[in-house]
Amino acid sequence: MSDMVDARGLSCPQPVLMTMEKINKVKKGEITVLVDTDTSRENVSRAATSQGWKVKKINPEGAGYRIMIWKK
Amino acid sequence: MIRKFFASRWGIISVGAFIGVFAPLLQKWGNPGNMGICVACFERDIAGALGLHRAAVVQYMRPEIIGFVLGALIAAYLFKEFRPRAGSAPIVRFVLGAFAMIGALVFLGCPWRAMLRLAGGDWNAIFGMLGLIGGIWIGTLFLRGGYNLGRAQETHTSVGWLMPLIMLGFLCLMFLYPQVEGQDKSGVLFYSIKGPGALHAPLFIALGVGLAVGILAQRTRFCTMGAFRDLILFRQTHLFSGVVALVVVAFITNLILKQFHPGFANQPVAHTMGLWNFGGMVLAGLAFALAGGCPGRQLFLAGEGDGDAAVFVLGMITGAGFAHNFGLASSPKGVGPHGIAAVIIGLLICLFIGFTMKKKIA
Repeated sequence: MSDMVDARGLSCPQPVLMTMEKINKVKKGEITVLVDTDTSRENVSRAATSQGWKVKKINPEGAGYRIMIWKK
Repeated sequence: MIRKFFASRWGIISVGAFIGVFAPLLQKWGNPGNMGICVACFERDIAGALGLHRAAVVQYMRPEIIGFVLGALIAAYLFKEFRPRAGSAPIVRFVLGAFAMIGALVFLGCPWRAMLRLAGGDWNAIFGMLGLIGGIWIGTLFLRGGYNLGRAQETHTSVGWLMPLIMLGFLCLMFLYPQVEGQDKSGVLFYSIKGPGALHAPLFIALGVGLAVGILAQRTRFCTMGAFRDLILFRQTHLFSGVVALVVVAFITNLILKQFHPGFANQPVAHTMGLWNFGGMVLAGLAFALAGGCPGRQLFLAGEGDGDAAVFVLGMITGAGFAHNFGLASSPKGVGPHGIAAVIIGLLICLFIGFTMKKKIA
Protein backbone atom coordinates (compact mmCIF):
# COMPACT_ATOMS: atom_id res chain seq x y z
CA MET A 1 0.00 0.00 0.00
CA SER A 2 1.67 3.18 -1.14
CA ASP A 3 1.21 6.66 0.29
CA MET A 4 -1.46 8.68 -1.45
CA VAL A 5 -1.83 12.36 -2.34
CA ASP A 6 -5.19 13.41 -3.74
CA ALA A 7 -4.65 16.76 -5.45
CA ARG A 8 -7.63 16.55 -7.81
CA GLY A 9 -9.43 19.83 -8.35
CA LEU A 10 -6.72 21.87 -6.69
CA SER A 11 -5.02 24.67 -8.57
CA CYS A 12 -1.36 25.63 -8.77
CA PRO A 13 0.81 25.23 -6.71
CA GLN A 14 -1.23 23.03 -4.37
CA PRO A 15 -0.54 19.66 -6.05
CA VAL A 16 3.22 20.29 -5.94
CA LEU A 17 3.08 21.57 -2.35
CA MET A 18 1.18 18.48 -1.23
CA THR A 19 3.52 16.12 -3.09
CA MET A 20 6.60 17.82 -1.61
CA GLU A 21 5.09 17.61 1.85
CA LYS A 22 4.53 13.88 1.42
CA ILE A 23 8.03 13.39 -0.03
CA ASN A 24 9.56 15.16 2.96
CA LYS A 25 7.48 13.01 5.31
CA VAL A 26 8.06 9.53 3.89
CA LYS A 27 11.60 10.17 2.52
CA LYS A 28 11.49 7.04 0.32
CA GLY A 29 9.22 4.35 -1.06
CA GLU A 30 6.26 4.82 -3.35
CA ILE A 31 3.77 7.67 -3.52
CA THR A 32 0.64 7.80 -5.64
CA VAL A 33 -0.50 11.28 -6.65
CA LEU A 34 -3.94 11.91 -8.18
CA VAL A 35 -4.28 15.05 -10.30
CA ASP A 36 -6.92 16.30 -12.72
CA THR A 37 -5.03 18.50 -15.18
CA ASP A 38 -2.07 18.08 -17.51
CA THR A 39 -0.41 21.09 -15.91
CA SER A 40 -0.51 19.37 -12.51
CA ARG A 41 0.75 16.12 -14.06
CA GLU A 42 3.79 17.94 -15.50
CA ASN A 43 4.40 20.01 -12.36
CA VAL A 44 4.21 17.04 -9.99
CA SER A 45 6.50 14.93 -12.22
CA ARG A 46 8.98 17.79 -12.50
CA ALA A 47 8.96 18.42 -8.74
CA ALA A 48 9.41 14.72 -7.91
CA THR A 49 12.30 14.38 -10.32
CA SER A 50 13.97 17.45 -8.83
CA GLN A 51 13.84 15.73 -5.42
CA GLY A 52 15.61 12.64 -6.75
CA TRP A 53 12.42 10.60 -7.13
CA LYS A 54 11.58 8.59 -10.23
CA VAL A 55 8.28 8.81 -12.08
CA LYS A 56 7.38 5.12 -12.31
CA LYS A 57 4.05 5.22 -14.06
CA ILE A 58 1.39 7.70 -15.19
CA ASN A 59 -2.04 6.23 -15.91
CA PRO A 60 -5.12 8.14 -17.02
CA GLU A 61 -7.81 7.86 -14.40
CA GLY A 62 -11.23 9.42 -14.66
CA ALA A 63 -10.77 12.93 -16.00
CA GLY A 64 -7.19 13.06 -14.69
CA TYR A 65 -4.11 11.01 -13.96
CA ARG A 66 -2.71 8.61 -11.37
CA ILE A 67 1.01 9.34 -11.03
CA MET A 68 3.25 6.85 -9.26
CA ILE A 69 6.58 8.17 -8.03
CA TRP A 70 9.23 6.10 -6.37
CA LYS A 71 12.53 6.37 -4.51
CA LYS A 72 14.75 3.61 -3.11
CA MET B 1 7.56 14.89 -29.32
CA ILE B 2 5.95 18.34 -29.65
CA ARG B 3 4.28 17.79 -26.27
CA LYS B 4 7.67 17.01 -24.69
CA PHE B 5 9.32 20.08 -26.22
CA PHE B 6 6.69 22.45 -24.85
CA ALA B 7 7.02 20.96 -21.36
CA SER B 8 10.80 21.36 -21.50
CA ARG B 9 12.94 24.30 -20.45
CA TRP B 10 13.58 25.19 -24.10
CA GLY B 11 9.84 25.17 -24.64
CA ILE B 12 9.17 27.81 -22.02
CA ILE B 13 12.21 29.84 -23.08
CA SER B 14 11.06 29.85 -26.70
CA VAL B 15 7.62 31.16 -25.68
CA GLY B 16 9.17 33.90 -23.53
CA ALA B 17 11.35 34.80 -26.51
CA PHE B 18 8.34 34.77 -28.86
CA ILE B 19 6.53 37.27 -26.64
CA GLY B 20 9.80 39.23 -26.34
CA VAL B 21 9.90 39.64 -30.12
CA PHE B 22 6.23 40.23 -30.85
CA ALA B 23 5.29 42.57 -28.00
CA PRO B 24 7.78 45.26 -29.11
CA LEU B 25 6.71 44.60 -32.71
CA LEU B 26 3.05 45.18 -31.78
CA GLN B 27 4.20 48.47 -30.31
CA LYS B 28 5.89 49.32 -33.60
CA TRP B 29 2.71 48.31 -35.45
CA GLY B 30 0.62 50.72 -33.42
CA ASN B 31 0.18 49.68 -29.78
CA PRO B 32 1.06 52.21 -27.04
CA GLY B 33 4.61 52.70 -25.72
CA ASN B 34 6.04 49.75 -23.78
CA MET B 35 2.56 48.27 -24.07
CA GLY B 36 2.91 45.84 -26.95
CA ILE B 37 1.05 43.46 -24.67
CA CYS B 38 -0.42 44.33 -21.28
CA VAL B 39 -3.13 42.05 -20.01
CA ALA B 40 -4.32 44.47 -17.31
CA CYS B 41 -4.29 47.55 -19.56
CA PHE B 42 -5.97 45.69 -22.40
CA GLU B 43 -8.73 44.30 -20.20
CA ARG B 44 -9.17 47.83 -18.89
CA ASP B 45 -9.47 49.05 -22.49
CA ILE B 46 -12.08 46.34 -23.10
CA ALA B 47 -14.01 47.57 -20.05
CA GLY B 48 -13.85 51.04 -21.64
CA ALA B 49 -15.00 49.77 -25.04
CA LEU B 50 -18.02 48.23 -23.32
CA GLY B 51 -18.75 51.44 -21.42
CA LEU B 52 -18.13 49.88 -17.98
CA HIS B 53 -16.02 52.96 -17.35
CA ARG B 54 -16.00 56.16 -19.34
CA ALA B 55 -12.35 57.18 -19.30
CA ALA B 56 -12.26 58.50 -22.86
CA VAL B 57 -8.57 57.77 -23.48
CA VAL B 58 -8.69 54.01 -22.72
CA GLN B 59 -11.52 52.52 -24.77
CA TYR B 60 -10.71 49.77 -27.24
CA MET B 61 -11.74 46.16 -27.68
CA ARG B 62 -8.23 44.67 -27.67
CA PRO B 63 -8.05 41.68 -30.05
CA GLU B 64 -4.92 40.38 -28.30
CA ILE B 65 -6.99 39.41 -25.24
CA ILE B 66 -9.60 37.70 -27.42
CA GLY B 67 -6.76 35.85 -29.18
CA PHE B 68 -5.23 34.72 -25.88
CA VAL B 69 -8.42 32.95 -24.81
CA LEU B 70 -9.29 31.52 -28.22
CA GLY B 71 -5.69 30.42 -28.86
CA ALA B 72 -5.65 28.57 -25.55
CA LEU B 73 -8.98 26.96 -26.45
CA ILE B 74 -7.60 25.77 -29.79
CA ALA B 75 -4.44 24.39 -28.20
CA ALA B 76 -6.42 22.67 -25.44
CA TYR B 77 -8.61 20.91 -28.02
CA LEU B 78 -5.71 20.03 -30.32
CA PHE B 79 -3.85 18.36 -27.47
CA LYS B 80 -6.94 16.94 -25.76
CA GLU B 81 -6.46 19.06 -22.66
CA PHE B 82 -9.79 20.88 -22.60
CA ARG B 83 -11.16 20.13 -19.13
CA PRO B 84 -14.27 21.97 -18.02
CA ARG B 85 -13.99 22.60 -14.29
CA ALA B 86 -15.31 25.14 -11.79
CA GLY B 87 -16.40 25.68 -8.23
CA SER B 88 -13.21 26.56 -6.37
CA ALA B 89 -14.19 29.69 -4.42
CA PRO B 90 -15.41 31.72 -7.43
CA ILE B 91 -16.39 34.81 -5.42
CA VAL B 92 -12.90 34.96 -3.88
CA ARG B 93 -11.37 34.74 -7.34
CA PHE B 94 -13.65 37.55 -8.53
CA VAL B 95 -12.60 39.83 -5.68
CA LEU B 96 -8.91 38.94 -6.13
CA GLY B 97 -9.26 39.72 -9.83
CA ALA B 98 -10.82 43.10 -9.12
CA PHE B 99 -8.10 44.13 -6.66
CA ALA B 100 -5.33 42.69 -8.83
CA MET B 101 -6.57 45.02 -11.56
CA ILE B 102 -6.75 48.02 -9.22
CA GLY B 103 -3.19 47.38 -8.01
CA ALA B 104 -1.96 46.96 -11.57
CA LEU B 105 -3.63 50.22 -12.63
CA VAL B 106 -2.00 52.12 -9.77
CA PHE B 107 1.33 50.96 -11.21
CA LEU B 108 0.02 51.15 -14.80
CA GLY B 109 0.70 47.65 -16.01
CA CYS B 110 0.43 43.95 -15.32
CA PRO B 111 3.56 41.81 -14.76
CA TRP B 112 3.91 41.40 -18.54
CA ARG B 113 3.99 45.15 -19.04
CA ALA B 114 6.27 45.64 -16.02
CA MET B 115 8.80 43.48 -17.85
CA LEU B 116 8.20 45.17 -21.19
CA ARG B 117 8.61 48.58 -19.52
CA LEU B 118 11.88 47.39 -18.04
CA ALA B 119 12.99 46.10 -21.43
CA GLY B 120 12.11 49.50 -22.92
CA GLY B 121 14.27 51.39 -20.40
CA ASP B 122 11.49 52.63 -18.11
CA TRP B 123 13.26 52.42 -14.78
CA ASN B 124 10.05 53.16 -12.86
CA ALA B 125 9.24 49.54 -13.62
CA ILE B 126 12.06 48.49 -11.26
CA PHE B 127 9.84 49.58 -8.36
CA GLY B 128 6.92 47.77 -9.94
CA MET B 129 8.93 44.56 -10.32
CA LEU B 130 10.16 44.79 -6.72
CA GLY B 131 6.57 45.28 -5.59
CA LEU B 132 5.42 42.32 -7.68
CA ILE B 133 8.08 40.05 -6.19
CA GLY B 134 7.25 41.35 -2.69
CA GLY B 135 3.55 40.65 -3.18
CA ILE B 136 4.23 37.16 -4.50
CA TRP B 137 6.58 36.53 -1.57
CA ILE B 138 3.78 37.40 0.88
CA GLY B 139 1.56 35.03 -1.11
CA THR B 140 4.07 32.19 -0.70
CA LEU B 141 3.98 32.69 3.09
CA PHE B 142 0.23 32.08 2.98
CA LEU B 143 0.70 29.06 0.69
CA ARG B 144 3.27 27.61 3.09
CA GLY B 145 0.82 28.19 5.93
CA GLY B 146 -1.85 26.07 4.27
CA TYR B 147 -3.80 28.69 2.30
CA ASN B 148 -5.88 27.19 -0.50
CA LEU B 149 -8.99 27.97 -2.51
CA GLY B 150 -10.50 24.50 -2.22
CA ARG B 151 -11.24 21.98 -4.93
CA ALA B 152 -12.81 22.62 -8.32
CA GLN B 153 -15.20 20.02 -9.74
CA GLU B 154 -15.41 18.54 -13.17
CA THR B 155 -18.41 20.09 -14.89
CA HIS B 156 -20.39 20.46 -18.12
CA THR B 157 -18.45 21.27 -21.28
CA SER B 158 -20.58 24.39 -21.76
CA VAL B 159 -19.21 25.88 -18.52
CA GLY B 160 -15.72 25.79 -20.00
CA TRP B 161 -16.99 27.30 -23.24
CA LEU B 162 -18.57 30.41 -21.73
CA MET B 163 -15.45 32.60 -21.55
CA PRO B 164 -14.33 31.66 -25.10
CA LEU B 165 -17.90 32.41 -26.26
CA ILE B 166 -17.83 35.79 -24.52
CA MET B 167 -14.58 36.55 -26.34
CA LEU B 168 -16.08 35.41 -29.65
CA GLY B 169 -18.99 37.72 -28.93
CA PHE B 170 -16.60 40.62 -28.33
CA LEU B 171 -14.92 39.84 -31.65
CA CYS B 172 -18.28 39.85 -33.43
CA LEU B 173 -19.05 43.25 -31.89
CA MET B 174 -15.75 44.54 -33.30
CA PHE B 175 -16.72 43.39 -36.79
CA LEU B 176 -20.29 44.69 -36.45
CA TYR B 177 -19.22 48.07 -35.09
CA PRO B 178 -15.76 48.86 -36.42
CA GLN B 179 -13.96 52.04 -35.47
CA VAL B 180 -15.07 55.11 -37.41
CA GLU B 181 -12.32 57.67 -37.94
CA GLY B 182 -12.69 60.61 -35.55
CA GLN B 183 -15.74 59.15 -33.73
CA ASP B 184 -15.76 57.94 -30.14
CA LYS B 185 -18.64 55.54 -30.61
CA SER B 186 -19.60 52.95 -33.20
CA GLY B 187 -22.85 51.13 -32.47
CA VAL B 188 -22.61 49.90 -28.89
CA LEU B 189 -18.81 50.07 -28.69
CA PHE B 190 -16.79 52.99 -27.39
CA TYR B 191 -13.50 53.98 -29.01
CA SER B 192 -10.77 56.43 -28.03
CA ILE B 193 -9.94 59.35 -30.29
CA LYS B 194 -6.77 60.14 -28.36
CA GLY B 195 -4.63 58.59 -25.65
CA PRO B 196 -3.41 54.98 -25.36
CA GLY B 197 -6.82 53.62 -26.37
CA ALA B 198 -6.42 55.27 -29.77
CA LEU B 199 -3.11 53.52 -30.34
CA HIS B 200 -3.42 50.01 -31.65
CA ALA B 201 -1.96 47.58 -34.15
CA PRO B 202 -4.23 46.52 -37.05
CA LEU B 203 -7.00 44.18 -35.87
CA PHE B 204 -5.91 41.04 -37.73
CA ILE B 205 -2.26 41.37 -36.76
CA ALA B 206 -3.18 41.89 -33.09
CA LEU B 207 -5.60 38.95 -33.22
CA GLY B 208 -3.03 36.74 -34.97
CA VAL B 209 -0.31 37.46 -32.42
CA GLY B 210 -2.84 36.96 -29.63
CA LEU B 211 -3.86 33.57 -31.01
CA ALA B 212 -0.24 32.46 -31.40
CA VAL B 213 0.65 33.53 -27.87
CA GLY B 214 -2.52 31.84 -26.58
CA ILE B 215 -1.62 28.54 -28.24
CA LEU B 216 2.03 28.61 -27.14
CA ALA B 217 1.33 29.78 -23.60
CA GLN B 218 -1.37 27.14 -23.09
CA ARG B 219 1.12 24.47 -24.11
CA THR B 220 3.97 25.72 -21.91
CA ARG B 221 1.90 27.02 -18.92
CA PHE B 222 3.73 30.37 -19.23
CA CYS B 223 3.03 32.39 -16.06
CA THR B 224 4.81 35.52 -14.89
CA MET B 225 3.58 35.13 -11.30
CA GLY B 226 4.34 31.41 -11.15
CA ALA B 227 7.87 32.22 -12.31
CA PHE B 228 8.66 34.08 -9.10
CA ARG B 229 6.41 31.96 -6.88
CA ASP B 230 8.11 28.69 -7.89
CA LEU B 231 11.52 30.29 -7.49
CA ILE B 232 10.69 31.44 -3.95
CA LEU B 233 8.68 28.39 -2.92
CA PHE B 234 10.54 25.49 -4.55
CA ARG B 235 13.79 27.04 -5.86
CA GLN B 236 12.49 25.94 -9.26
CA THR B 237 13.63 27.95 -12.27
CA HIS B 238 11.45 26.40 -14.98
CA LEU B 239 8.86 29.18 -15.41
CA PHE B 240 11.43 31.78 -14.39
CA SER B 241 13.55 30.98 -17.44
CA GLY B 242 10.54 31.96 -19.56
CA VAL B 243 10.24 35.45 -18.09
CA VAL B 244 14.01 35.98 -18.27
CA ALA B 245 13.83 35.09 -21.96
CA LEU B 246 10.96 37.57 -22.38
CA VAL B 247 12.88 40.47 -20.81
CA VAL B 248 16.19 39.76 -22.57
CA VAL B 249 14.66 39.25 -26.01
CA ALA B 250 12.30 42.23 -25.63
CA PHE B 251 15.30 44.37 -24.67
CA ILE B 252 17.24 43.27 -27.77
CA THR B 253 14.17 43.73 -30.00
CA ASN B 254 13.63 47.22 -28.57
CA LEU B 255 17.28 48.07 -29.30
CA ILE B 256 16.89 46.93 -32.90
CA LEU B 257 13.59 48.80 -33.32
CA LYS B 258 15.07 51.89 -31.60
CA GLN B 259 12.41 51.67 -28.89
CA PHE B 260 14.85 51.60 -25.96
CA HIS B 261 14.77 54.92 -24.10
CA PRO B 262 16.32 54.60 -20.63
CA GLY B 263 15.25 56.93 -17.84
CA PHE B 264 12.63 57.73 -15.21
CA ALA B 265 10.89 60.82 -16.53
CA ASN B 266 8.52 61.07 -19.49
CA GLN B 267 8.13 57.35 -20.03
CA PRO B 268 5.04 56.34 -22.03
CA VAL B 269 1.91 55.64 -19.94
CA ALA B 270 3.87 55.70 -16.68
CA HIS B 271 4.33 57.89 -13.61
CA THR B 272 7.36 58.45 -11.39
CA MET B 273 5.87 57.94 -7.92
CA GLY B 274 8.18 55.10 -6.90
CA LEU B 275 6.44 54.18 -3.67
CA TRP B 276 3.08 53.64 -5.40
CA ASN B 277 4.60 51.92 -8.38
CA PHE B 278 5.88 49.54 -5.72
CA GLY B 279 2.70 49.49 -3.59
CA GLY B 280 0.33 48.93 -6.50
CA MET B 281 2.29 45.90 -7.61
CA VAL B 282 2.56 44.47 -4.08
CA LEU B 283 -1.23 44.37 -4.15
CA ALA B 284 -1.37 42.91 -7.67
CA GLY B 285 1.37 40.35 -6.96
CA LEU B 286 -0.31 39.16 -3.77
CA ALA B 287 -3.71 38.89 -5.49
CA PHE B 288 -2.19 36.93 -8.40
CA ALA B 289 -0.36 34.61 -5.99
CA LEU B 290 -3.51 33.96 -3.96
CA ALA B 291 -5.46 33.31 -7.16
CA GLY B 292 -2.79 30.98 -8.58
CA GLY B 293 -1.82 32.78 -11.77
CA CYS B 294 -0.82 36.01 -13.47
CA PRO B 295 -3.50 37.75 -15.57
CA GLY B 296 -2.21 36.15 -18.76
CA ARG B 297 -2.24 32.68 -17.25
CA GLN B 298 -5.81 33.23 -16.04
CA LEU B 299 -6.85 33.94 -19.65
CA PHE B 300 -5.13 30.79 -20.90
CA LEU B 301 -6.73 28.72 -18.13
CA ALA B 302 -10.11 30.24 -18.96
CA GLY B 303 -9.51 29.12 -22.56
CA GLU B 304 -8.83 25.51 -21.55
CA GLY B 305 -12.06 25.21 -19.56
CA ASP B 306 -11.27 26.60 -16.12
CA GLY B 307 -14.45 28.42 -15.08
CA ASP B 308 -12.80 29.78 -11.93
CA ALA B 309 -10.06 31.47 -13.94
CA ALA B 310 -12.84 32.91 -16.11
CA VAL B 311 -14.41 34.44 -13.00
CA PHE B 312 -11.02 35.98 -12.13
CA VAL B 313 -10.94 37.56 -15.62
CA LEU B 314 -14.44 39.00 -15.14
CA GLY B 315 -13.28 40.30 -11.75
CA MET B 316 -10.38 42.06 -13.45
CA ILE B 317 -12.64 43.69 -16.05
CA THR B 318 -15.03 44.79 -13.30
CA GLY B 319 -12.10 46.05 -11.23
CA ALA B 320 -11.06 48.19 -14.21
CA GLY B 321 -14.52 49.74 -14.19
CA PHE B 322 -14.18 50.63 -10.51
CA ALA B 323 -10.61 51.82 -10.99
CA HIS B 324 -11.61 54.47 -13.51
CA ASN B 325 -15.07 55.36 -12.16
CA PHE B 326 -13.70 55.88 -8.63
CA GLY B 327 -10.46 57.64 -9.55
CA LEU B 328 -8.24 54.77 -8.40
CA ALA B 329 -6.19 54.34 -11.57
CA SER B 330 -3.01 56.32 -12.05
CA SER B 331 -2.20 58.55 -14.99
CA PRO B 332 1.15 59.89 -16.23
CA LYS B 333 0.62 62.73 -13.71
CA GLY B 334 0.68 60.29 -10.79
CA VAL B 335 -1.70 58.24 -8.68
CA GLY B 336 -5.44 58.87 -8.87
CA PRO B 337 -7.26 60.77 -6.07
CA HIS B 338 -8.25 57.54 -4.30
CA GLY B 339 -5.56 55.18 -5.60
CA ILE B 340 -3.61 55.01 -2.35
CA ALA B 341 -6.72 54.26 -0.27
CA ALA B 342 -7.68 51.52 -2.75
CA VAL B 343 -4.25 49.87 -2.49
CA ILE B 344 -4.49 49.82 1.31
CA ILE B 345 -8.05 48.45 1.29
CA GLY B 346 -7.04 45.88 -1.32
CA LEU B 347 -4.09 44.71 0.76
CA LEU B 348 -6.30 44.37 3.84
CA ILE B 349 -8.81 42.29 1.89
CA CYS B 350 -6.06 40.06 0.47
CA LEU B 351 -4.68 39.56 3.99
CA PHE B 352 -8.18 38.72 5.21
CA ILE B 353 -8.52 36.11 2.45
CA GLY B 354 -5.01 34.77 3.05
CA PHE B 355 -5.38 34.41 6.80
CA THR B 356 -8.89 32.95 6.82
CA MET B 357 -8.79 30.42 3.96
CA LYS B 358 -6.59 27.87 5.60
CA LYS B 359 -9.09 25.11 6.03
CA LYS B 360 -7.72 21.61 5.60
CA ILE B 361 -8.43 20.09 2.22
CA ALA B 362 -10.92 17.24 2.51
